[in-house]
Amino acid sequence: MTSPTVPSSPAQGLKLPFRVQIEKRIEQVPRWMPAAVSVGAIIVALILGGIILAIVGGNPFRVYGHIARASFGSWGVLSDTLVKATPLILVGLACTLAFRMKLWNIGAEGQFFIGAFAASAVVLTPIVPEDAPKFVMLLTMAIAGFIGGALWGFVPGILKARLNVNEVVTTLMMNYIAVSWNNFFIYGVWSEGGFQMSKVFPKTAWMPRLADYASEVTAFRGITLHLGLVLGIVAAAVLWWVIYRSKWGFEIQLIGDNPRAASYAGINIVRNTVLVMMVSGGLAGLAGMSEISGVVHRLQGTISPGYGFTGIIIAWLAKLNPFIVILVSILFGSLLLAGREIQPSGIPRLIQGIILFCLISSDVLLRYRIRVSRAEQE
Amino acid sequence: MDWIIILRAGVASGTVLLFGTIGEIFSERSGVLNLGLEGMMLIGAMTAFSVAVNTGNAWMGVLAAMLAGGALSLLHGITTIHLRADQVVSGLSLTFLGAGLSLVFGEGLSKAGTISLIPTWTMPVLSHIPFVGDILFTDQNILVYVGYLLVPVAWYYIYRTRPGLHLRAVGEYPAAADALGISVSRLRYLYVFVGGTLAGLAGATISLAISPGWFSELTTSGQGWICIGLVIFSQWDPLRAAGGAYAFGALRRLILDLQGPTMLLGVANPFYYNPYLGFFLQMLPYAFTIIVLVIGSREAMRKRLGAPAALGVPFDRSQKE
Repeated sequence: MTSPTVPSSPAQGLKLPFRVQIEKRIEQVPRWMPAAVSVGAIIVALILGGIILAIVGGNPFRVYGHIARASFGSWGVLSDTLVKATPLILVGLACTLAFRMKLWNIGAEGQFFIGAFAASAVVLTPIVPEDAPKFVMLLTMAIAGFIGGALWGFVPGILKARLNVNEVVTTLMMNYIAVSWNNFFIYGVWSEGGFQMSKVFPKTAWMPRLADYASEVTAFRGITLHLGLVLGIVAAAVLWWVIYRSKWGFEIQLIGDNPRAASYAGINIVRNTVLVMMVSGGLAGLAGMSEISGVVHRLQGTISPGYGFTGIIIAWLAKLNPFIVILVSILFGSLLLAGREIQPSGIPRLIQGIILFCLISSDVLLRYRIRVSRAEQE
Repeated sequence: MDWIIILRAGVASGTVLLFGTIGEIFSERSGVLNLGLEGMMLIGAMTAFSVAVNTGNAWMGVLAAMLAGGALSLLHGITTIHLRADQVVSGLSLTFLGAGLSLVFGEGLSKAGTISLIPTWTMPVLSHIPFVGDILFTDQNILVYVGYLLVPVAWYYIYRTRPGLHLRAVGEYPAAADALGISVSRLRYLYVFVGGTLAGLAGATISLAISPGWFSELTTSGQGWICIGLVIFSQWDPLRAAGGAYAFGALRRLILDLQGPTMLLGVANPFYYNPYLGFFLQMLPYAFTIIVLVIGSREAMRKRLGAPAALGVPFDRSQKE
């Protein structure tokens, strides 16, 4: 069988001395190829980003050098990078699960905010008294964060499942609603002395950090790495098992690949849509809880430099594989960490956009074979 | 509160949504979903403001914004039409890219000072119509009138002309269009570009007329996404899109005005005495977008009509259906 070909419409435009043909691949690509293509796409993206940096008058080498030094240069900054990567892992996992089913949950940002809100409510209402054991406090906060995010995912999920309402728009609108909701509490209800933040949480609501053990291990002094990273890694392992080993994961994958076949196979699409959106939202909510309990220690407006949106790119870059999500999150954690000091401030966002663009463009190499041949006379 | 002024300002701010929505209708009618609207609007707003500052001519700004939006949309065209990438992901990356580019190139622009804006104009005869004339044809900026013209033109083009028929064919049944000798990919590029230029125009309308200036991402504050909701509500029809866009414009405007007066409908205005309640008002446009989407989706299910059949599906000539 010969693979179908698409001639580059010879009638159109100027005549080139060669023909570019795009053929659909019928054979499996080699195992090394997806990774190589992704790495290649990132390199191309960094080059393109460097060119734009140079256009606006920056020095790309200095900027990239700065990013590398400021995120991997010493144990201290490496820990800071991992701290930034922690919410990204959870949010990346949230997107991974939803995208597996081709559910475009781009509301992780809002779910993150509501998770942070719900966890804060546990401390600030207070639902659990301040002097409760740390274990009880943190567990309640985590559960609240998960439920908060899950509720925020439930609304788009049920609308999608029952009424076929486009989830891209609804999840995104829910982001804006979440930010306003949080602001109401930050500015009004929980405002401390008129500032746009709540009071600092009591120590029982702080996730343990390595620095807390500095009296026993002096090397841990000033290391802000907190328990959230463990949470992220455990979540990744669980999600890996769910996706690759469980029946539910198989159902999700089947619905994503071929909803009609899944429906004939007796898989309940409505229930799975709602469930996946809720678990996805819950993971993003957990990221919000981890961030305020492990890093910020209070509720305020500026708890996310766009973690939710970065999670979309991370999930895609990781090819929806939970363990690779961890690696990619560390890479993007460094970009966010170093990005705080880079001027102009849009650079990290720009590089993210270029990376995603290069990535989806490079995918064509995996699905199609591009063949350049001498032009034939027709 | 002066209702005339609120509605007049509402129509003006609805014009932004109108341009974005009609642009997206053209793109989606051809079968290409472009979720990068927010990014293209941001690039448009930034470019328009920047060019207007540097040339002192607002119209140059508008032109540059349309070209910038169109240029960005072509990137989406390349990835989705030629490289057959997923349209959702490509559109999302366009949003990031547009936001990033406009933040980088717009750095420091917010302190640029006053510039020449799009002039306002009162239409001679029509402005004397009671009520309607006061709202629609008095002291509106020129782009609002462009919007009035665009609606019937777009409607007529899509439903009553031959190129419009080709546009719909490419979006509904590209294989048949291809068999008729219409170049599917060329038309899709064209209408993605049209969508991009209109998104750029929407951005220019914000930064040079509605709320002049460059306030980084707050310039658009999600209006691009509201447009995408409105497209679904409009059932891809420019006339319905106009209704939705102006209603949303009025709503956005009303929210600003509700917080001003001390009395509202004869009772003490809660939004005046507790300004924090204003955050709930700010949710309204986004909540209404969801409601409008639900209405649009229900209607589409009931009438069995809706999105162009080939929306989101890359066309591959070699694949026989």
